[in-house]
Formats: sequence, structure tokens, C-alpha cells
Amino acid sequence: MTELAAGPVPGPRTGRIGRALAERGADILPVTTVALLVIVIWYAAALLLNAPQAIEQLARKGVTDPAIAELMAEAFAQRRPVLPTPDQVVVEIVTSSTERPVGNVRNLITHVIATAQSTLAGFVLGSILGLGLAIGMAALRPLERGVLPWIVASQTVPILAIAPMVVVVLGNLGFTGLLPKAVISMYLCFFPVAIGMTKGLRSADPLHMDLMHSYNATPFQVFLKLRLPAALPYLFASLKVAIAAALVGAIVGELPTGGQAGLGTRLLAGSYYGQTTQIWAALIAASLLSALLVQAVALAERIVVRQSGGAR
Amino acid sequence: MGLVALLLPLSTAGGVWIANADLTVLMMIAGILLFAQAGIRPRQSRMRGPLVLAGAALVAIATIAALRSGTVGFGEGAAGYTLAGLAAMAAAFRGIALVARLPETSLPVRLLPPAALGLTLLYAWEGGCLGFGVPAVLLPPPSAIGAAFAANLPVLWQDFVQTVWKGALRGYLIGCTAGILLGVAADRVAFLRRGLLPVANLMSAAPIVGVAPIMVMWFGFDWPSKAAVVVVTTLFPMLVNTLAGLSATSRQELDLMRSYAASHTTTLLVARLPNALPFLFNGLKISATLALIAAIVAEFFGTPVVGMGFRISTEVARMNVDVVWATILVAAIAGSGTYAALSFIERRVTFWHPAMRGR
Repeated sequence: MTELAAGPVPGPRTGRIGRALAERGADILPVTTVALLVIVIWYAAALLLNAPQAIEQLARKGVTDPAIAELMAEAFAQRRPVLPTPDQVVVEIVTSSTERPVGNVRNLITHVIATAQSTLAGFVLGSILGLGLAIGMAALRPLERGVLPWIVASQTVPILAIAPMVVVVLGNLGFTGLLPKAVISMYLCFFPVAIGMTKGLRSADPLHMDLMHSYNATPFQVFLKLRLPAALPYLFASLKVAIAAALVGAIVGELPTGGQAGLGTRLLAGSYYGQTTQIWAALIAASLLSALLVQAVALAERIVVRQSGGAR
Repeated sequence: MGLVALLLPLSTAGGVWIANADLTVLMMIAGILLFAQAGIRPRQSRMRGPLVLAGAALVAIATIAALRSGTVGFGEGAAGYTLAGLAAMAAAFRGIALVARLPETSLPVRLLPPAALGLTLLYAWEGGCLGFGVPAVLLPPPSAIGAAFAANLPVLWQDFVQTVWKGALRGYLIGCTAGILLGVAADRVAFLRRGLLPVANLMSAAPIVGVAPIMVMWFGFDWPSKAAVVVVTTLFPMLVNTLAGLSATSRQELDLMRSYAASHTTTLLVARLPNALPFLFNGLKISATLALIAAIVAEFFGTPVVGMGFRISTEVARMNVDVVWATILVAAIAGSGTYAALSFIERRVTFWHPAMRGR
């Protein structure tokens, strides 16, 4: 009987990690297969798209009828390829991140940091705005029917398309640097948070609501102790979407500023000067940054859920 | 509430009003009478909300008319008008809340709150621009945008055809079809699904807009490059939603299909695809807004001399901000229209689904 009174016995940590690994491990083979497949297709596409250039250059060197191996070697080593190979992109990322010190305009890490800054600023602002809207709509239910359609309609305004104008106008008002980009990020990422939290705050179990009612809980207590915890999964799912959207907003916000730091500037410069490898490097860097930010939100979710005693 | 606020302007701005005693004063008084009407009705009356809204509309029109006549500006100490404007907005919010509490019996009752809120926001925009003398380069008032929209209709229509009809729509159809087909194929082969899903999730989070310069290099300046960007943008959200939808069928339904000895294809067509419809529509809605934005942004990286992205970038350079806003209006109409059409079809097609009940 004493064993029963002792409460739950904490399981060995290795057991939990081992289980998680076993679950993940089942997916490692398919994921690597697909990733390899993508890389193979990428190389094939690079050969196909770079072949005309390569044949021309070989012809200039006097090789009129190149063997396939020669052609491949030439196509995969173009200085300005139509489609750079994965290894060229990796080399570009590494050299542009290490060749010059961080802070130099020609260093990729400088641009990644600049973009991450405006992304995070916009993400924080947008999340606060989205949360405020959702809580407001949950508190004043009658207003929801008037407000919600406009929140949806707001997203059909192509903010990305008017981003240059927003940046120019705010610049004229004396707001330069981080704020205009953050405003664009904010506009993109308040939406998923507002919609997700509106759903989440209504997702509390009716039985639990009845229980709160029988405790004679005030609406504020119900909100704090039941609705908010019930909405956490919805909140974090929305935040993951929002932070990816904020990154897109930050990148597009960088397009019109020209000559300043940021991955968007890097994309545009590469586009102007035909530096395809630089474009792809910036693109991959942006994707990696996006994945990193989403993972950071997932980590925050795990910590918060554990702190609030939620079972996973 | 609104009543008290509206009596204030009468006391403070009486002098201004007697100077141009005309229609505006009459409308103000009519508005106040309507509020009074609403105030004395019983609490259960269905007419209170509409009456308050009508009163707010009259007062709003009166303040705009006074501003347009140029005799007053909010900044020139005409505190009465500022108060009247604020009171009209407060009354509008009160009216919206009153109407929103009514049971959703008819279409007018459903549409009135969002419509009234939209008009209130437009009123605040117009009144703010006129009253505080905001330079048109920063933010043109809605009336100026409407005028630019009407004056440039042929050009805006050409841009719409180039960007939405040629670029976005074709890319959207190809991208969504490919996403659904890929999803169905990946669902059939478990190995493929487990491999594709993480990749697809990563790709839907990646800033796909960045491929625009690459696509312009590959497919030239005209609409095919824009369509290609849209295809890449819409493919992954559609794939993720299709896979999520195909796994939404309950165990019971699958067991039933199995007891009928239904083939994989039959099960897919009869049970799993119908159950996936809410997810598919969700993906279609998300992709629709993404497609429009992607097509416009792709035009910044090279375009013929027509198209919404081209129009925005050139007119900003020429300081014709009203034309830019008119283009934005076109985009908003196109986006909202598509969203509304998809929602309408969704209601028609998935009326049987639990998520649609009680709507």
C-alpha cells in the first residue's frame, strides 16, 4: 500500500529520450531518401539548364564534341550558372560567411542578423496585436461578428506589394531602419495569431466551463485559469505560422531600402547583377533562418507546456 | 450614451452652426432625433440597433459635408465637430453591438455589423484626412482613392488581367492541382509521405517569394515567370493540407469501407476525399491570398509595362499615391472576392460536415 501512496514513480530519463528517438528514427530513412532525391533532381536540372552555356564555353576552348563527363564537369563549374549546383551554393554560403568579418556588407551573416532583427521585432509587435484582438473579441462577443470579416479582409491587401510605399512613406516621416520593416512583418503575422487565438479561447471543454460556473468564478478567472491554458496549443501553432510570415515580411520590406543590410537586399542585388549563386545562397540562408525560428517557437512551447503542468 | 455625447456639439459649436445654418444642422438634429427614438424603445425592440446606426450615419454625413465645405477643420478649434465625429463613431459601435446581438435570422442582419464597421473605419479615415489636413502623398482620403479608381478603370483592368487572370490564376490552378495530386500519391505510399511531409513543412515555412528573381531569369519578364512563382508558392500549403485532410477520416468509417471490401480507390473517393474537403478548402483559401501576393511581388523583379506590381512601383516613383491605392483596392477586391467565393462553395459542398453545423 505504501507504494501506492508514494505517487507516480518518475521513469528513467533515458527511457523517454530513447522512445522519442525510436519514433523519430522511423522517419530518418524516408526523409534522407527524399532529401537525396531532391539533390539528385537538383543536379540533373543544373546539368539541363547549364548545358547550353557549357557547350558554348567548351566550343570556345576548342572542344566541339564534348563527352558527357566533360560536359558535366563544365556545367557544374559555371561562374554564372543558370542554376548553381548544391555544392556551389554551400561553398558560396561558407565563403561569404567567413571570408570577411561579420558586420561587413559583403558578409552573409551580417544580412542574416539584420533580417532576424526586423523579423523578431515585427513578430513581437504582431503577436501582441493579434493577442489583443483575439482577447478583445473573446471579451466582447457581439463585436466579433463585425470585426472578424475585416481581419480576414485585411490580409487580402497585398502588404508585400505596397511594402516599398510603406517604407518610403515612413522614411519621409523620419522612421528609417528597423521600424518600417517591422511594421510590414507585424501586419503579416498578427493575422494567424488573431484567428488561432479566437478559436483557441473558445476551445475550452464545456464540462470545465460548467465546473467554473459552479465555483462561481468571475469571467476574468475563467479566462485566466481555463480559457487561456486551453488556448495554448492553438497559440503556439499560430506563432509558428506567424514567425515564418514575419520573416517573409522582413525580407520583402528590405527590397526597396536598397543598399542596406538584409537578405532581401542581397536577393535584389544578386538579381540585378546576375549573381545566381548569391541569390540561391541568400534563399537557403533564409530557409534555414525560418526553420531555426520555427524550432525556437517549438522549444518555447515545450518549456511553457511543461511549466504549466500540461502533459505531452 | 451616444445621446449625451451628441448634445455636446450643440453647446460648443452653436456659433459656427448658425453661421452656416443649412442642411448639416438639419441632419445633425435628425440624427439626434433618431438616437432619442432608439433610446425610448423597449430593450427587446429589434429596431434599436438600426435606428442608432441610421442616426450615426446622418451625423457622420453632416460632419463630412461641413468639412468638405471648407468652413471648418478639426485642427481649427472647431471642437464641436471633432466631438460630433467621435460621437458618431461611438454611436456606430454601439449600434453594431446592438445589431450583432440579434439572432442571425436574415442576410441583412448577418451583413450589417461588418458593413457598418467598414463604413465607420472609412469615415474615420476620411474625416481624419480632411480634418487634420494629412498630405495626400502620405495617405489620400478614401474619396480621392475612389475617384482615382473610377478615372483609371481601363488601365486598372489591364493590370488586373495581366497579374490576376494570366499570372496568378494559371499558377494557382497548376499549383493547387499538383499539390492535391502529390498529396494523394504521397498518401498512397507511406514511405513517400513520411519523407515528403517534413520537407513540405519546411518548404511552406520558407520565404518562397525569394525564388521570384530566379523564375524571372528562367521564364522571362511576362506572365509565365509570375505563374511559376505562384505554382511554387501554392504547391506546399496545398500538399500539407491534403495530407492532413486525408488522415481525417475516422476509424469507424474506414472499418465500414473495409467490411464492404472496398478497394483503396473506392475508399479514397467515397470516404476519405469527402472528409478531406474542409482541409482542402482551407488550403485553397490560404493559397488564394498567397497566389495574389506572390504574383504582385514577382513583378518587382522584372515585368512588361503592364501589371499591378509594375503599376505600384512606377506610380510610387511618380508620387501618384492615389493610383497606387486604387491598385491596392483592386487587389483587395480580387482577394476578398476569391475568399468569399471559396467560402460560398465550401458551404455548398460541405454542408454535411460537423464543422459547418450551426452556421
